[in-house]
Amino acid sequence: MFTKKQLLTKGLLSVAPHMFSVIPFGIVCGAIGIELGFSPILVYSMSIIIFGGASQIVFLQLLSGGASTLIAVTSVGVINSRHLLYGAVLSEYLEKLSFIKKLLISYLVVDQGFAESNKFFQKNKDEPYLHYHLLGSGGTLWICWQLATLSGIILGSFVPEELGLKFAVPLTFIAIVVQDLKKLDHVIVMITCGLSSLLFFDAPFKSYIIISPIIALFVAALVLRLKK
Amino acid sequence: MTWSSIIIAGIITYFTRMTMVALVDRDLLGERIKAVLAYVPSAVFPAIIFPGIFINDYGTFIDMNDPKIIGAIVAILVGYFSKNVIATILSGLFSYWIIIFLL
Repeated sequence: MFTKKQLLTKGLLSVAPHMFSVIPFGIVCGAIGIELGFSPILVYSMSIIIFGGASQIVFLQLLSGGASTLIAVTSVGVINSRHLLYGAVLSEYLEKLSFIKKLLISYLVVDQGFAESNKFFQKNKDEPYLHYHLLGSGGTLWICWQLATLSGIILGSFVPEELGLKFAVPLTFIAIVVQDLKKLDHVIVMITCGLSSLLFFDAPFKSYIIISPIIALFVAALVLRLKK
Repeated sequence: MTWSSIIIAGIITYFTRMTMVALVDRDLLGERIKAVLAYVPSAVFPAIIFPGIFINDYGTFIDMNDPKIIGAIVAILVGYFSKNVIATILSGLFSYWIIIFLL
C-alpha cells in the first residue's frame, strides 16, 4: 500500500516527461495571445478559467480573426468535450470520494494527467487513496501550465521556432499509447481514430477531436463483440 | 464581451471534466459501455498524434519525406522496446533535429 505522499509523488513523476511538450506549448499559448493583441490579464486568466491548451489558442485566434463569441465558445466546448470520456473512465476510481472532492478534483483532469493516472489506476485498483495520484499528476500539469503561459505572456515566445518543439506534442502522446501497440484490438482502434482525424480535420469547430474518438469507440465495441 | 465569453467557455469546459465524475452515477453505464471505455486512450490520443505529424501549420498534408515521419517512427520503435517515456520523446525529437539541422 502506498501513502498519500508517495502517490502524490508518483503522480508528479509520471507527468514530468510530458513537460517537453507542455512547457513550450504553454509559452507559445501565452505569447500568441499577446501577439494577437489581447490584454495580458485576459490571456492569463484563460489558463485558470479554461485551463485547456489547444482550446485557449483556438479561442483567441477565432476572436481576433473576427469570429463571433458564440463560435469561439462553441469551439472550446467541442475541443474540450473529450474530457467527458476521461471522466467516464476515471469515475470508476473516484466513486468513493465525497461530492465536494469530486467537484474539486475534476478541475485537474487533463490529457496527460488522465493518461498517466489511468495507467496507474488500472494496475493498482485496490489502493485506498488512489485520487492522490491524480492530484499529483493534474496538480503538476496545472502549476507548469500556469508558469509556462505566464512566462510566454511576459517574455514572448522565447523558444526558437526553428526547434519545432510543436512536434513534442504528438511525441508525448505516442509515448502514452505505444505499449498498447502490442494488442491488435487497440491497434485497430488507434488506426481508426488516427485516419478519422485526418479525414475530418477540416470539419467545423475542430470537431475532428471528438468525432474520431466516437468513431473509434464504435469500432472498439464491434471488436469486443467479435472477440466473444 | 470577451470576458463573459471566457467565463462561459470556462464553465462549459469545467462541466466536460466534472459531469461524468460527479454527476453521472456509474451504475447507469451498462457493462458493455464500461468494457468499451477501456479503449478511451487508444480512441482519443491518435486524434492528437496523427494531425500533429501529418498536417502542417497551414492545414495541408505534409510530404512523405517529412522529417516528422522519421521522428515518429523512431519514437515508436524506441518507446515500444524501451518502455520509457522520456526515451520515447527524446529519441523522436533528436532524430527530427538531426534531420533538419545536420542532413
